[in-house]
Amino acid sequence: MNTLAEQFSTTSALSKLKKTQALLEDEEMSDAMWGSQAGFGNVAQGSPSFAVPAVPDPSAFLRLHTDDRADPNCKIKIQHGTTTLAFRYQGGVIVAVDSRATAGSYVASGTVKKVIEINPYLLGTMAGGAADCQYWETYLGMHCRLHELRNRERISVSAASKYLSNLVYSYKGMGLSMGTMICGWDKTGPAIFYVDSDGTRLKGDLFSVGSGSTFAYGVLDQGYHWDMTDEDAQELGRRSIYAAGHRDAFSGNTCNLYHVKEDGWRFIGNYDLSKLHYDGPNNVPGAGYGYDIRIAGRASALQPAVAAAA
Amino acid sequence: MEYNGGSVVAMVGKDCVAIACDLRLGNQALGVSSNFPKIFPITDRIYLGMSGLATDLETLRERFRFRVNMYTIKEEREIEPQTFAHLVSSTLYEHRFGPYFIEPVIAGLSKTPSGDLKPFIAAADLIGCLNFAKDFVVSGTASAKIYGLAEALWEPDLEPEDLFETISQTLMNAVDRDAFSGWGCLVHVLTKDKVITRTLKSRMD
Repeated sequence: MNTLAEQFSTTSALSKLKKTQALLEDEEMSDAMWGSQAGFGNVAQGSPSFAVPAVPDPSAFLRLHTDDRADPNCKIKIQHGTTTLAFRYQGGVIVAVDSRATAGSYVASGTVKKVIEINPYLLGTMAGGAADCQYWETYLGMHCRLHELRNRERISVSAASKYLSNLVYSYKGMGLSMGTMICGWDKTGPAIFYVDSDGTRLKGDLFSVGSGSTFAYGVLDQGYHWDMTDEDAQELGRRSIYAAGHRDAFSGNTCNLYHVKEDGWRFIGNYDLSKLHYDGPNNVPGAGYGYDIRIAGRASALQPAVAAAA
Repeated sequence: MEYNGGSVVAMVGKDCVAIACDLRLGNQALGVSSNFPKIFPITDRIYLGMSGLATDLETLRERFRFRVNMYTIKEEREIEPQTFAHLVSSTLYEHRFGPYFIEPVIAGLSKTPSGDLKPFIAAADLIGCLNFAKDFVVSGTASAKIYGLAEALWEPDLEPEDLFETISQTLMNAVDRDAFSGWGCLVHVLTKDKVITRTLKSRMD
């Protein structure tokens, strides 16, 4: 009976959905289809709208098919597992991330760009849903540019991050998954804001996000000083990502390192974590970060039984 | 299987067999040890590899040691690979309704009636269903990835050094695509007169 009533009611969730869908179909034939809108289609027209599955509870429907923690056999696997970090110090902001994408136990890619270059003064990091971060941070970049044009001055890191946090908050409960750090330099100097899909927004000097964040924090906390030199700071970022890539199964492959200064961000380099393990950052064989590399030949305990037998 | 991670593969060559494993021991996503071999010699010409739950691996290793010793004493001869495979199978099936979480892989050289040595490989699931293959067998968290590489790289009648290269490339490239395997590899090649054992350097992330 309920379903019958719903079909003919004008206020039920189902009919509302049908209405929005009818609206969307019209929207598909808007001007945006014919001209370039920076790849954002209808989003550039104003408030973004998305096609929603025609079921009574769309977010439960999405969860049913994408939540691999509740159901490892679910068909759609969203990228999980990451290590990202950013810290503020005397010389600006260091941003370092790994590059592994996993779907279940499968290493789907080892060359993911987890730093999103929003504009020459703003960087965003990617943890959680890759598509969510990529889309919304690029979208944020568009609005940062509009802010510049309207106000004739660059947007502050604080305002940009608040724009993003308000935006993801409006989708709360719909299954967005992102843990990001918005990093940059504005009138107030270097700044980092942590923003996640729950709606949390935190200002701070030092953050690490992702499954490998605990390992990164271990190295980071131990080596962090406000008065570090640029070289030491870059090395700390690299070393922390290495530590996380080594211990965490879902992080690894390579490290991407960025440095934000007064004149905007600069890409420092891409480092293979396996090379860092064996040869270190300066590519000197035997000078790697690896524990067994550092103590090779110096500890009696490190004589593998199999090697000794051969 | 994904609690501790780990993978094993065995391949047949010309008058030789190879068996290889990774060296990772994990606690889910956390890597704990990079020196945890999963292959053990049973006799001079039988090697047993096991992947799955590490605690069951240790238990079964001791169980098989006991049962093989009892067999050797009673029969007054070394156990043959085929016989050992059936011993493994029945030991696992004894626990049909509360199994050991182990997928064993066996590689060996068996005696023919004429006195020659013939390559032998076998694998079983966790309750002892035997799979006697003529080419290669796999087990562990990277098994699907190993199958892919083995299908592409393996060919019949490889000489020991070529078989070593094939099994090493297969395992190393497969575990680099698996989050729960890796952290170094261990390879044994059994030939008529010797066993070649090598540890491989691999990615450590």
